[in-house]
Amino acid sequence: MKKLLIGTAALAMLAGAAFAESHSVVRLGTEGAYPPYNYIDDDGEVAGFERELGDELCKRAELTCEWVTNEWDSIIPNLVSGNYDAIIAGMSITDERDEVIDFTQNYTQPDPSAFLAMEGMDLDMEGGIFAAQAGTIQASYIAEMGATLVEFATPDETIAAVRNGEADAVLADKAYLAPIAEESADLAFVGEDILIGGGIGLGLRESDGELREKFDAAIQSMKDDGSLNALIEKWELGATF
Amino acid sequence: MFGFCTDPDTLSGLSWMACYLTTGKHMAIYWSVGTVLLLLAITAPAALAFGFAGASAARSRILPLSWLGRGYIAIVRGVPDIAFFLFFVIALDQFFEWIRHKAKCPDWDQPIRQGNDFVVCAEAKLPLGNAAQWVHETYGFFLAVLTFAIVFGAFAANVLFGAMRAVPRAQMETAEAYGMSPRQCYWRILVPQMWVYALPGLSNLWMVLIKATPLLFLLGVEDIVYWARELGGAKTARFTDYPHGDWRMWYFLALLVFYLMFTRVSEIVLDRIMKRLTHGQATSGGEAQRKAA
Amino acid sequence: MSCLQTIADYGLRSIGIGERLLPREDFTLCQQFTLIGSGMIWNVYFGLIALLTGFFLATAVALGKASSNPLARKPSEWFIFVFRGSPLFIQFFFAYFAFLSLKSVSPVFDPLTSAWLGAAIVLFLNTAAYSGEIFYGALLSIPKGDTEAADAYGFSGMTKFRKITWPTMLRLAWPAYTNEAIFLFHATTLVYFSGFPAWRQKGDALYYANYFADKTFNPFVPYPILAGYFILVTLVIISVFGLVNRRLNRHLPQEVRGRLKMRMNLIR
Repeated sequence: MKKLLIGTAALAMLAGAAFAESHSVVRLGTEGAYPPYNYIDDDGEVAGFERELGDELCKRAELTCEWVTNEWDSIIPNLVSGNYDAIIAGMSITDERDEVIDFTQNYTQPDPSAFLAMEGMDLDMEGGIFAAQAGTIQASYIAEMGATLVEFATPDETIAAVRNGEADAVLADKAYLAPIAEESADLAFVGEDILIGGGIGLGLRESDGELREKFDAAIQSMKDDGSLNALIEKWELGATF
Repeated sequence: MFGFCTDPDTLSGLSWMACYLTTGKHMAIYWSVGTVLLLLAITAPAALAFGFAGASAARSRILPLSWLGRGYIAIVRGVPDIAFFLFFVIALDQFFEWIRHKAKCPDWDQPIRQGNDFVVCAEAKLPLGNAAQWVHETYGFFLAVLTFAIVFGAFAANVLFGAMRAVPRAQMETAEAYGMSPRQCYWRILVPQMWVYALPGLSNLWMVLIKATPLLFLLGVEDIVYWARELGGAKTARFTDYPHGDWRMWYFLALLVFYLMFTRVSEIVLDRIMKRLTHGQATSGGEAQRKAA
Repeated sequence: MSCLQTIADYGLRSIGIGERLLPREDFTLCQQFTLIGSGMIWNVYFGLIALLTGFFLATAVALGKASSNPLARKPSEWFIFVFRGSPLFIQFFFAYFAFLSLKSVSPVFDPLTSAWLGAAIVLFLNTAAYSGEIFYGALLSIPKGDTEAADAYGFSGMTKFRKITWPTMLRLAWPAYTNEAIFLFHATTLVYFSGFPAWRQKGDALYYANYFADKTFNPFVPYPILAGYFILVTLVIISVFGLVNRRLNRHLPQEVRGRLKMRMNLIR
């Protein structure tokens, strides 16, 4: 019996060692262009809600973490190809993505999307022209809504398009639009918020179950002691848990 | 950077600008200028090497080798470079890791492709999972250089292939008459003489290469254009000490000046090289130089 | 859904005919081939328009640069320098910006901000500069004997240019001009990628390839399809230009024709 115990312990340690070997440094991939979730600060470092969250998660899971930035377009192909170990980039949990990668439990409530338009603008949901960043869930939402969709490569350009009259309104995550609406007197939210996509979670390779469990447990512990809610409030991301 | 930058809210005018232009983020854009220049400096000879190999293969007498060379030139030249860059780096990276995996972990029993995942053993990872950040960046840079070299190598091969055929036939015949072996003819007569015919094409290629550097961000290298976009976009006061509107216009103007200056300097230098190369050559340019002297 | 049905639904999607919504599931090979092929319509459109219109401006610019009158020479030199010396996507950025400000002046300029006109103008100017430089180089290397012979035969002014100078210039420039045409078609992929916004999900081949890569998270299928289409286009360009080259050189003895081909090295 004792021998058996030692045996399992040794096996567990061995598995642990293999895990430690492949994950002595966990690389976190982010986009770095999506405040308040993640952005590059004045010093050129990754900052934002997810930076603080990720650092805390790594501390709780006792992992050494490193931050890397990657273009949004190729962020999933680079994960499955093994260039980093986790995506923490404001990525909503969707069925499409879930087929390719695994997600931890969500660490934000589903974020509503909102329309931002020029002050005093009446939105024509059918005949209007709406801007969105190419390849986002908002872009496909507008296409399905039946309105005219204009796609731009970066979120910056979508805002600029509303300012110069190319588009009537822009549809994007509310947390991204809020600081912009707050600061510019000529822009305002119109219409009702819409819910597309689930909450945001960490994306991991499907073959990387052990790392997922570690992060899952760490997120749960942050949910339990309220520190996650504190972070969400600090960065004004909307609903808490 | 400067002592007075601690509280940017109180600054205005020139001192604000001085602080703004020396933030860590702006340092990154200045660094990226160096990155781009370094990449060009490494890629140019590498692409030339690929081109030389490709052209030599294309004119080889061994048929399969010739097909390989011609196929490389035709296919890579036929594809827009963006399309190439969008998937090639990941493919290259997986290829290297697969080779290392085969060599280092022969008794690995799991499949390499698990669903969508590409999984190799930890020792085969490139760079190793626990390597420092700069190793990862250097490796990414190396992959970018290699991709650029492969793409532009095909164009260089096309140029060199044409140049090798442009060397006057009489020169080769004379060499053969002197009893040189085909190998000697190739290395002593053809290769030294072809450069003057290749240079106009190669200098055009260099200009194209300079202007292809904005595509570096597709390869995961943070180049000047990436930073110009990032810095120029409108910034709200919540996320920076230096809020401003949409300044992409000014950043791109700076890039425009940078590229124009770079092109101009290259033109002048290449002109000089052309003058040197024409010296003593059996072309009309060489003839004109000889007469003038 | 059969593949023929897919082609009927999406074959002309890029110009707004057929299904309004892009496919959102399955992403079969047939769908990818059809939609990316449909996007090629735009690449071919941009390439052809720019090439045909650019040709005339290029001739004018080349003559301007070779002219002894500084009023014609200086603008031509600067035009070529600016458009050859800067990356195409920076030109797109500034053009879009300029067109937007024109638009606020008068609604006449409205179509400028859409890709079909705005991007075509930028590509037209761009290729005019590149081809202009090629034509200028060819103009300088016209054998002296040809023009002297023309003078001796009593050709002058416009007749001399139309019958002697221009055909010879084209003949000398043709291999390099073929390369320029290939590059131009490749450059059309930049239009929606970094220049102009895509309206109603009507984009070029790269736009749809990007869409599929984004939805399937697998770059290894759509981009090679795109590459395949472009190799086809390149082959077509090479054969069409080859035919023209044969015609331009038809008066030369066989042996010399072969030697002219070796000048293929003057690429952009």
